[in-house]
Amino acid sequence: MRARRERSKSALLAVSSGGGHWEELILLRPALLEFDPVFATTDPELSKRDGLERFHVLPDANRDGAWRALKCLLASVNLVVRLRPRVLVTTGALPGLFCLIAARAIGARTIWIDSIANSDQPSLSGRCARPFAHEWFTQWPHLAGDGRRFDGALL
Amino acid sequence: MILLTVGTQLPFDRFVEIVDRHAPRLPDRIFAQIGRGSYVPANMDWKPFIGPIEFEERIRTCSLIISHAGIGTIVMAQKHAKPMILFPRRAALDEHRNDHQLATVQALGDRQGIRTAMTEDELVAQMAGPHSLPVLGPDLPGRDRLRRTVSDLVRDVLQAPGSGQ
Repeated sequence: MRARRERSKSALLAVSSGGGHWEELILLRPALLEFDPVFATTDPELSKRDGLERFHVLPDANRDGAWRALKCLLASVNLVVRLRPRVLVTTGALPGLFCLIAARAIGARTIWIDSIANSDQPSLSGRCARPFAHEWFTQWPHLAGDGRRFDGALL
Repeated sequence: MILLTVGTQLPFDRFVEIVDRHAPRLPDRIFAQIGRGSYVPANMDWKPFIGPIEFEERIRTCSLIISHAGIGTIVMAQKHAKPMILFPRRAALDEHRNDHQLATVQALGDRQGIRTAMTEDELVAQMAGPHSLPVLGPDLPGRDRLRRTVSDLVRDVLQAPGSGQ
């Protein structure tokens, strides 16, 4: 019933905040295309730049703003509950963490890819995501181990 | 046009001020995206923020990128084969929450196309050139590997027996 399916629904939800996290998700996109993913990020203009039709906007947040973070958390939970993806892939940061936890809670398979920016230690959001992620990738071989997997890097 | 960018999250006045002071001696005009800082450039065109479409267009048409060590700009510079100079933010100077930008330049700073400056003197010297031109090619086996791994993981779930929609 593909044709009648809601345009914004997919079995695969790919999430990140804007900026570098999003550039990394776009570098990963060729790996996701065959699954007809829905994307979510914090800057609506990115859907236009990257030609995405199946796209949701989340409020931007980082750990410095509690109110915005709360709004982002609620929007993330709402999005995941509405879409009910069976797989969640994220490159971080906070919006990705919120979506990943929500996705785990509804029984989805969850994949965290820590940003290549984190070459000295795993990111804070990544460390928070670790217990909720089925697969947790670092992009640096020296950070592998202890539940963190290295299997290549995007850059 | 030379593009100076500090990214969208935090200002970086120390960096903007150094580049602004030396801008008159550079061969090209500078357009600077400077965030919400308090320093007002005198020798450069500038805006606090530009959207991602304008940002990519400015990357595409610029001669050189001078940037904080943010991954977004590094990805864009590689995509459009532009030389770049990275100047990392320092947590000790309150320029970021931690020193991951130092780690970024240590990890990526020796890539073709990227030069790194840690001090004002180094930044000024790097701006004078010569710049490092990135080599473009599909030669990123690590990227293919991670893509394949993630693809396989997703396929395992979505094509598992009994998972038909």
